[in-house]
Amino acid sequence: MTATVVRQPREPRTEASGKRLPGAWGLGLRRGALELKQFFRQRDQVVFTFAFPVVFLFLFASIFRDDVQGAGITASQLYVPAMMAAGIMSTSFQSLGISIAIERDEKVLRRLRGTPMPPAAYFLGKIWLVLVTGLLETAILLGVGTTLYDVELPSDGGRWLDFAWIFVLGLTACALLGIAISSVPKSGKSASSVVVLPFLVLQFISGVYIAVDTIPDWMLNIGALFPLKWMCQGLRGVFLPESARVLEQTGGWEYGRIALVLGAWCVGGLLLCLLTFRWKNRRDG
Amino acid sequence: MLGSGLKLEHMTAQAKELAVDVRGLRKQYGDVVAVDGIDLGIHQGEVFGLLGPNGAGKSTTVEILQGNRDRDAGEVSVLGADPARGTRAWRSRVGIVWQDESAPAELTVDETVRHFARYYPRPRDPEEVIGLVGLEAKAGSRIKALSGGQRRRLDVALGVIGDPELLLLDEPTTGFDPAARRQFWDLIRKLADEGTTILLTTHYLEEAEALADRLAVIARGKVVAEGDPTALRERYGTEATVEWTEPDGSPRTERTQTPTRTVAELMRRFDGEIPGLRVGRPTLEDVYLRLTGQEDAR
Repeated sequence: MTATVVRQPREPRTEASGKRLPGAWGLGLRRGALELKQFFRQRDQVVFTFAFPVVFLFLFASIFRDDVQGAGITASQLYVPAMMAAGIMSTSFQSLGISIAIERDEKVLRRLRGTPMPPAAYFLGKIWLVLVTGLLETAILLGVGTTLYDVELPSDGGRWLDFAWIFVLGLTACALLGIAISSVPKSGKSASSVVVLPFLVLQFISGVYIAVDTIPDWMLNIGALFPLKWMCQGLRGVFLPESARVLEQTGGWEYGRIALVLGAWCVGGLLLCLLTFRWKNRRDG
Repeated sequence: MLGSGLKLEHMTAQAKELAVDVRGLRKQYGDVVAVDGIDLGIHQGEVFGLLGPNGAGKSTTVEILQGNRDRDAGEVSVLGADPARGTRAWRSRVGIVWQDESAPAELTVDETVRHFARYYPRPRDPEEVIGLVGLEAKAGSRIKALSGGQRRRLDVALGVIGDPELLLLDEPTTGFDPAARRQFWDLIRKLADEGTTILLTTHYLEEAEALADRLAVIARGKVVAEGDPTALRERYGTEATVEWTEPDGSPRTERTQTPTRTVAELMRRFDGEIPGLRVGRPTLEDVYLRLTGQEDAR
């Protein structure tokens, strides 16, 4: 065999290089900025994501507007916190479930896996994205609720604190479930149907579209296994007058139980993600 | 591989370690054996071509080298580590350009290259890399606005942004027009001249011949020939073809090991110009088609 290599191979430089690999936290921030940039550049996606819960709030709260017997509120008011909870779940669970499935299908994930990017940076980036879009969505719905449907902003700090932890725990739990469900669809094309169906069912049995006191108990009990029911309940506690608690299944807001269920879903969702997350789709083995 | 011992003696101690060392690699999908006992040794600084028809097992082999696919059997060492257990530090030394790529459509070329540079401990200068792949004019464009060839060049930019010691390219020019392919080849040569070890799979023979210092021909999951392009041609196709036209107008063809002698005889017979004279050496393509059992395809 004739030797043809005339080039000088470069010096292997791993030992020599004193530079450390970039950390996950900093890269996570950069990925978050990049995710937001990509999100807001897709004008149709932005409009669709934010408008969906607003349109539904407008429809339901305008159609059902009578006083609720003995609760001191109108049906319209009831829909505001419910739609806020659904909005949080839509910006986290639904958008992550679909977008990650598409990124996997389009091999964006595989490409990232081929770089020294720490996996945690990817997930941190997604969390920043969801945090910002979730806050925006909630603010928009709250704006509509206070201007059109007589919802009053709580005046005491304790309620805002309740709002803060319900928002963070609910958003985190739903985001983790969204990451987990993104592994279910076989392709990016089928992702929206796979993700939207359970979300829609949950909205019916968790007291988003239909008031809790009208839903059969057995359905409500199934809904109670998932975060959405508890997010709705908690936000009703924050944004509705105390008199409205008679409408709840147990006649109270049950903050302790809300924290417990949402916290459990955060832990369970994280485990589920760690066990099931795939960087490639099934066809790619 | 007999002669390579001699060559190694002239190399530095550092270069003696193979950049890629594969022994007895096997991978099966269900009943289909995709890779059936492949051995490969790629030296540092070398451009190595993995040539074979579609479905020969090229992509599977490269994916195993990338650390993106499990293997069933065999020993694999890439830059001294097993890719199946590749650490972040290892990944930072290997650049990958996949067969089918997707970069974030909504970002600009510049944003994407700069972002990917952040993943590496010692990246190249993003601006320089964009220039290297010839995308300066498109640096501010969204990726969705790029042509197929421009996207491919972006893929290469992302593959080399970390300043890899080894670059793995899987069928990088599939779907290119001839001009874009030539441009791409120049880019690969530039990278090779900088000392990057390059493994390139292709089913284009001319590409392997144009770029590779050495190549392995694989078919049905096995290496059927290995060597530098000229040596392959000499080893597997020594018979030349001499063609000419007889004075009565009938074309003649003669296959011979000694074409010069045949031509000398013809010169004596014709005393002057030999009508329609053509002496042909088997092209690498003839050799390749014979090796991969595709002769009927011609």
